[in-house]
Amino acid sequence: MDAIFLQILNGLDKGGAYALIALGLTLAFGTLGIVNFAHGALFMLGAFCAVTFNKLIRLDEVVLHPTQKTAWGTPVEIRTPYIETWLGDFGTFLIDYSVPMSILLVIPFMLLVGVIMERGLIKHFYHRPHADQILVTFGLAIVLQEIVKHYFGANPIPQSAPDIVSGSANIGLWLGLGESVVYPWWRLVYFAFSALVIFGVFAFLQFTTFGMVVRAGMRDRETVAMLGINIERRFTIVFGLAAVVAGLAGAMYTPILPPDFHIGMDFLVLSFVVVVVGGMGSLGGAVTAGVLLGLLQSFASMNEVKSIFPGIDQIIIYLVAVVILLVLPRGLMGREGVMED
Amino acid sequence: MTKKTSNIATRRTILKAGAGLGAFALTSGVAPMSFIRGAHAADYCNAPKGKTVTLGFNVPQTGAYADEGADELRAFKLAVKHLNGEGDGGMLSTFKPSVLKGNGVLGKKVAYVTGDTQTKSPAARASAKRMIEKDNAVMISGGSSSGVAIAVQGLCQEAGVIFMAGLTHSNDTTGKDKRRNGFRHFFNAYMSGAALGPVLEKEYGKERRAYHLTADYTWGWTQEESMKRTTEALGWKTAKAVKTPVGAGDFSQYITPVLNSGADVLILNHYGKDMINSLTQAVQFGLRDKQVNGKNFEIIVPLFSRLMAQGAGDNIKGILGSTNWNWSLKDAGSAAFVKSFGAEYGAPPSMAAHTCYCQTLLYANAAEMAGTFSPEGIVKSLEGFKFDGLGNGPTEYRADDHQCFKDVLVVRGNQKPTTKYDLLEVVQVTPRAQVEYDAKIFGGDLGPVNAKAC
Repeated sequence: MDAIFLQILNGLDKGGAYALIALGLTLAFGTLGIVNFAHGALFMLGAFCAVTFNKLIRLDEVVLHPTQKTAWGTPVEIRTPYIETWLGDFGTFLIDYSVPMSILLVIPFMLLVGVIMERGLIKHFYHRPHADQILVTFGLAIVLQEIVKHYFGANPIPQSAPDIVSGSANIGLWLGLGESVVYPWWRLVYFAFSALVIFGVFAFLQFTTFGMVVRAGMRDRETVAMLGINIERRFTIVFGLAAVVAGLAGAMYTPILPPDFHIGMDFLVLSFVVVVVGGMGSLGGAVTAGVLLGLLQSFASMNEVKSIFPGIDQIIIYLVAVVILLVLPRGLMGREGVMED
Repeated sequence: MTKKTSNIATRRTILKAGAGLGAFALTSGVAPMSFIRGAHAADYCNAPKGKTVTLGFNVPQTGAYADEGADELRAFKLAVKHLNGEGDGGMLSTFKPSVLKGNGVLGKKVAYVTGDTQTKSPAARASAKRMIEKDNAVMISGGSSSGVAIAVQGLCQEAGVIFMAGLTHSNDTTGKDKRRNGFRHFFNAYMSGAALGPVLEKEYGKERRAYHLTADYTWGWTQEESMKRTTEALGWKTAKAVKTPVGAGDFSQYITPVLNSGADVLILNHYGKDMINSLTQAVQFGLRDKQVNGKNFEIIVPLFSRLMAQGAGDNIKGILGSTNWNWSLKDAGSAAFVKSFGAEYGAPPSMAAHTCYCQTLLYANAAEMAGTFSPEGIVKSLEGFKFDGLGNGPTEYRADDHQCFKDVLVVRGNQKPTTKYDLLEVVQVTPRAQVEYDAKIFGGDLGPVNAKAC
């Protein structure tokens, strides 16, 4: 029972991440009709925004030790972050909270990246075949990866969650389960954050005039344009919003998985499976499929399951995707006519 | 007249012959050697013909191990520099017995070409093949993965060149997949287990239940097997051994079962990014704060790399593991190497860099000793070669399997690092005798040396 409960938590946690990335992919596809293989790279850029923010906030004053030398003969460097020198304990507090605070950098930066990407590259591929879109966005993803690797190196760079949420929550004691049911605080924070962002995006599209226009444009672009609404501009902003969602997902994921240049690619393929299973262009489908596949992957990794079906944890997502697409060719919540031309 | 001319000609002939003999006498220390080398020249693959000899350095320059590959490449370049008499000479001055003088190798300036393994066997083989066939590399070295090392070693055996392995830790490299043309300076999984055993017993006792998470490829399998052999000999029980896909990223679904398994030790048979991720996540799941069976829960990482450990941040503090070499060692060889490397690049070398530097020097010295670059000569020089002064104490290249035998370091993640490089503290230097084993236990056959012309 304890093991099952833990795997449910794992599944929700994974599913939250998948859903968040798939949501951004679906936004870009649903509005602009673009199959964006650079979406994983946007996740990676978000993660490196957190790394950059951490580096900036930790900018330090270097003083050379008067007597101590390194093993190769240069003086030992003593480093003190400026922010600690200037602000004392508050400076230490800011450093501790650098990952959640990096959101302040992620939102404007990723919005800018999204808009530049859409205006500078993607718009030239609206009327090109999907294969061309895939090639150009995949190429862009590789370029972005290599740029990040050049500046940050190939090794993962660890990021810490704030001290207050760095340990594990003893959920077992709260719920009357065994003491072994513990779960990292930050993963719970991440799940709550995913839910909040997903809810926020839905609310934005559902309850604002801007969202209403975008939804109308997704249904019938020409009619909305004929009403004198600059739907192109709104779609550009939605593409920027998709980039922000991916960036936020990446930045907040850094304490769970130390980011490296390849982190986006690791998620990209799974996210596309999530989008296809959920139904191309369906926001609800992306979220449902994300959580469903996250749960399935976690349960398939249980030793009891693997002892019956060895290696099932490696193929479960793809197996389920095949079955769902055979039964429901448009995915769980796909609409008729999307990507069927 | 004719007779006179004939007499003069005879004298001239005698004078010419005398001059020739004189010149021969003057250069007798070198000339006969050159003659012998010339005789070898056509007999083996890529025999150097000009004034340079080309070595091929095959390291991951892209992909997940690119940083480790970059450090290996730095070490190779430094070794070449020292062999050619540039820089401060590094470990050339401490390496004993050595016939290296810092004037190239066998009178030839050392040149090098590089290849990118991408940590993928097909890419590694393709780049090694290119260096052998197009660049005429007489020796290939490098690598950061056992899968890659074994693949390239096989290629070098087929091509008839020497392979001096870089970082490869699987028992198979000098076990079931060993080849006569291949040599490994780095230690292996068996040695890690054997070295860790006594320390584990001392620190954690004889009654433990261990849970293994193992990278699902040749290195992981041999590492798990070696750790099981060691811990079960101590009296520990193995609760479970679970294979994890390489590059899994999120290990949460593999770590949560550990919480209910009754195990009180988690052994992470992971390296590189997998090690960073699994260790970070195991700590996040509170394993290090747990008490199981009345004991503190412990995590062990059998193979530690200082370069990789940087990625795990504070999570490595207090974790036990083993390493081939660490820059904090105080022996003359290590000090000379760290000084030279640090002055050149502004940071201490990793263990991967150290083994690559050593392999280059060992190859060069073997060639000098043999008087030829022929694989036959190199193999003859290196098999059973005993040396010291390269940072690991007295070392031997065992003839039976081409595995170096030396002391092994047991290390612990430093609790109070003074610099960002000061991540590992040496807990114990395990003597060579304790990590030695019979070459037959891992099977395999070296086969004959391949020194064919190519």
